[in-house]
Formats: sequence, C-alpha cells, structure tokens
Amino acid sequence: MIEGAVRYAQIARLWVRASRAYPVSWALLVVGGFLITGIDFVGIWILFQNVTDLGGFDLHEVAFLYGTSGVAFAIADLFVGRIERLGQMIRLGRFDQMLVRPVPLLVQVCADEFALRRFSRIAQAALVLGWACTFVDWSTSRVLLTVLTVVAATVIFVALFVGMACIQFWTIDSAEVANAFTYGGNAVTSYPLTIFPSEVLKVMTFVLPLAFVNWYPSLYVLGHEDPLGYPDWTQWLSPVVAALLAVVALLVWRVGVRSYRSTGS
Amino acid sequence: MTLHLAIARRSFRRYSTYTAATLAGIFTNCVFGVINALVLMAVWKQNPDAGGYDVQDAVTYVWLGQAMLMTIALFGGGAPSDLATRIRTGDVAMDFYRPVGILGWYLAADVGRAAFHLVSRGLVPTLVGAVLFDLTFPSGPLVWLAFTVSVVLALFVSFAIRFLVAMTAFWVLDDQGTQVLATTAALFFSGLTVPLVLFPGWFGTLARALPWASYIQAPADLWLGHEQGWAALAVLGLQLLWAVVLLAACALLLRVAERKVVVQGG
Repeated sequence: MIEGAVRYAQIARLWVRASRAYPVSWALLVVGGFLITGIDFVGIWILFQNVTDLGGFDLHEVAFLYGTSGVAFAIADLFVGRIERLGQMIRLGRFDQMLVRPVPLLVQVCADEFALRRFSRIAQAALVLGWACTFVDWSTSRVLLTVLTVVAATVIFVALFVGMACIQFWTIDSAEVANAFTYGGNAVTSYPLTIFPSEVLKVMTFVLPLAFVNWYPSLYVLGHEDPLGYPDWTQWLSPVVAALLAVVALLVWRVGVRSYRSTGS
Repeated sequence: MTLHLAIARRSFRRYSTYTAATLAGIFTNCVFGVINALVLMAVWKQNPDAGGYDVQDAVTYVWLGQAMLMTIALFGGGAPSDLATRIRTGDVAMDFYRPVGILGWYLAADVGRAAFHLVSRGLVPTLVGAVLFDLTFPSGPLVWLAFTVSVVLALFVSFAIRFLVAMTAFWVLDDQGTQVLATTAALFFSGLTVPLVLFPGWFGTLARALPWASYIQAPADLWLGHEQGWAALAVLGLQLLWAVVLLAACALLLRVAERKVVVQGG
C-alpha cells in the first residue's frame, strides 16, 4: 500500500513536469477545468430561477448534494480517472509494457498522464459545498457524517472508475459504457433522488448503490424524512457500502488482469 | 465535388468500423437522456409552462439534445481534431501542398462523420427515448424539411468553431487548453446543460443570438413547431449567417497560419 503510494507519487511527478511543456495550454486547462464543471451548477441555479424547489429540496440543499458528490468525484477522477483510457493503453501496447515493470499495475494505469490541473475541479465543487454548508443547521454528528460521506463517496467513485473500466479487458472499444456509470453517477447524485421514480431509487439502493454516495447521509445532515421510510441507520451506512464496493472492484480488476490476452496487433 | 463526396464516404466508413464503441456510446446517450429527462420533468411538474414549453416539449428537447450531441461533436473531436494533431506533429505541412483546399477537405470528412453519428448515435437514442417517454414529433413535411436544413447548418457552425479551435494549435502547439474552453462554451450556450428557453431575461436573449444556439436550441424549436413560418425562416437565417461568417473566418485564419507555419524540429 505504502509502496504503491510512493510509486504513484513518483510517476505523477514525471507527468506534472511533462505538462509544463505547453504553459499556455496548461493555464487554459486549469481555468477550463474550473468552468466546465462550474457551468453544471450555474445550470442548476438557472433551473431554480423557474422553480422554488426540486423534489422538496431548495437551492442550498441541492448545492449540498452537488458539492458532496462533486468533491468526491473530482478527487476520484484526479487519482484514478485515467483508468478510463485502459482500452487505449491496451491497443497501443502500453499495457504490455506496464505488465513487465516492477511497479504495481493498477498504480501505473491510474498514475498514467496524471494531471494536477484536475485539482481545479475539486476546488470548484468545494466552493459550492462550502457555500451550501453555511445554510446547514450543524451539530457534532452532522459534521462527522459530512466528513465521512465525502470520504466514502470518494471511495465509491474510485471503485466505479476501476470496476467499470475493467469491461475494457474484454471489449477494448467500450470505454463509454463506464462513463454512463461514473459521470452518470456523478450527475444523478447532484440532484435529490426524490425527483426520480421510487423504483429508480430502489435500484440505486440495492443494485447499484449510488444512493449511498450522498443521498442517505444528506437526509440526516439536512434533516429530511426518508421518502422510502428506511431505518435511520441506513443514513450511516455509506462507509460500509464504500468498503464493499472497493473490494468488489479490486476483485474485478484481478479477474480482468488474469484473463487479459494481449491484442496481438 | 466528387472528390469531396469520396472523402465524406470514406470518413463515414472510418467511423462505422468501431461497432462496440458505437453501441457503448448509444448506451451512454440513453442513460444521460433518461437522467436529464427526469430532472426536467421535475422542473415542469412545478412550473408546467416554464420557458413556453410544456413537459412533453421539454422531454423531447432532452432527447434531441442527446441526438445532436455527437452529430455536431459538441465535446470537440471530428475532422478538426485530426487537423490539430497534424499541426502538432508537423504533418500539416503536407496538407498545404495538396491540390485540394484544406477547409473543404476537412469539412467533407466531418460531414461523413456527422452522417454516421446522426444515424447511429442520433437516431437510435431518439427511438429509445420515444419508447420510454412521450415525445413530440414534427407535425408535417415542411417541419421535417426545416429541421433537416437546421441540422446541416448546425453542423457547419460547429465545424467552423471546432476548426478555429484546432487552428489555435498553430500558435500554442497544444490545443487542449483552447479545446476545453470551447467545449465549456458549447456545453452551456448550446442549451445542453439547461434549455436556453429557461435562461432568464436578457441573458437568454443573448444566448439565443450566439452561434452555439444553432447546435440544439434552433433545431429543437423547429422540430417542436415553436418557430413557424417567417419565424422559422429567421431561425434558419441566423444559423446561415453564423455558418457563413465563421467559415469565412476559418478561411482567413488559415491563410494567416499558412504564412507562419513552422514545422517543429525542422
């Protein structure tokens, strides 16, 4: 684990240095990264110019959901997001090169083309979250749960990135399927899940547990009734769900690597 | 003309090679179509005639947006991004030697790509959307005609903007930075994030006059029948104006770039 982190840092440093080759482009990418997710929130703000609440949640509460999901997603994207290029690495033969290097494979794949500029996305989401937090009626347990939620949500998104990218071990061109779950998961959890039919909410609880990214904990922090009437402890379950998903994702990764056959071209 | 047709046809074939990628993309379009449709349904449930649309218009708008997304390459890419790569590697010097105009060459290639994306990533998600939700369809042949013309003009406008962005590589070598700014503007001002009809006041008026309004809002308004008769012609006229102005800008900038082209390492 520690060795992996050290290796990751070493590879990341190389890429950060390489990115300085094009300074103008780099600066624009930092600004762009801030804006491109920022407009999502401007979009939500525009929606609220036409309505007073969405699914029983006002703008500040939606901002809390958007912020927790956004911060977690951006952190996960910064550290493991490059795994979505797995198919490309396989096709170009770079994955084969990685297989023979004495550095953990998952570390190499995730640290590939590490881009510090992605930090601007974390900053953007954190700004919205910070603003939303000024409207929350805080208590010690709510603070604790908010911190736990951001950590757990990050782990959930990391697991989604890794697990879904593994599909590319079997069909190299299918990178976009993963987007539906990673970026799609981020989009869905930016809204109160009450705007979706209750069947969708159940699927997101029991099948693909996106509701644990921020929905159940936010019910506690924001003081809302659970529309499905589940017991209160489900609101504290996110860390457990995150740990389970992480284990599943690592298993899938291992199966994927074991069954990997080079493309042969 | 035959040459450009041949380029377009080969470009169509080039993109149609990757079946798994296409299916994966269609799946993703459908997932986002469902998510965005449900979000807007929640908005229109609260405010049943927001922006002059009813809920069915809003849901149709979402699926049209998903259909246009790849057709006009809203996230960038397509033939202009080949150009950007060739500028960075220096291969573009070869393009300047060819007895065919660069602009026409890349436009033809992009038309071929767009045609493939329209039938695959445009048509299929729309059908899926029609199965899952109640959608509005054009009310007559004239509406279909106006919509078709609008889609072609949308492609020209988007091509010209992507081409201009790719050409920034002549000056900054790596076009990723300008690319991401252009994508941000396209995402927001095309009305993909939120329909432009919901934009408040003068900001909405401004957004609808900008070239990105050609991408989704203009074709959608024609499809939904919100703009008819002279108003429909005005919508098409504005699109045409932007297409001409931006393509002219491409030709002009290309000429400037030709004089200053420096092949890396040479």
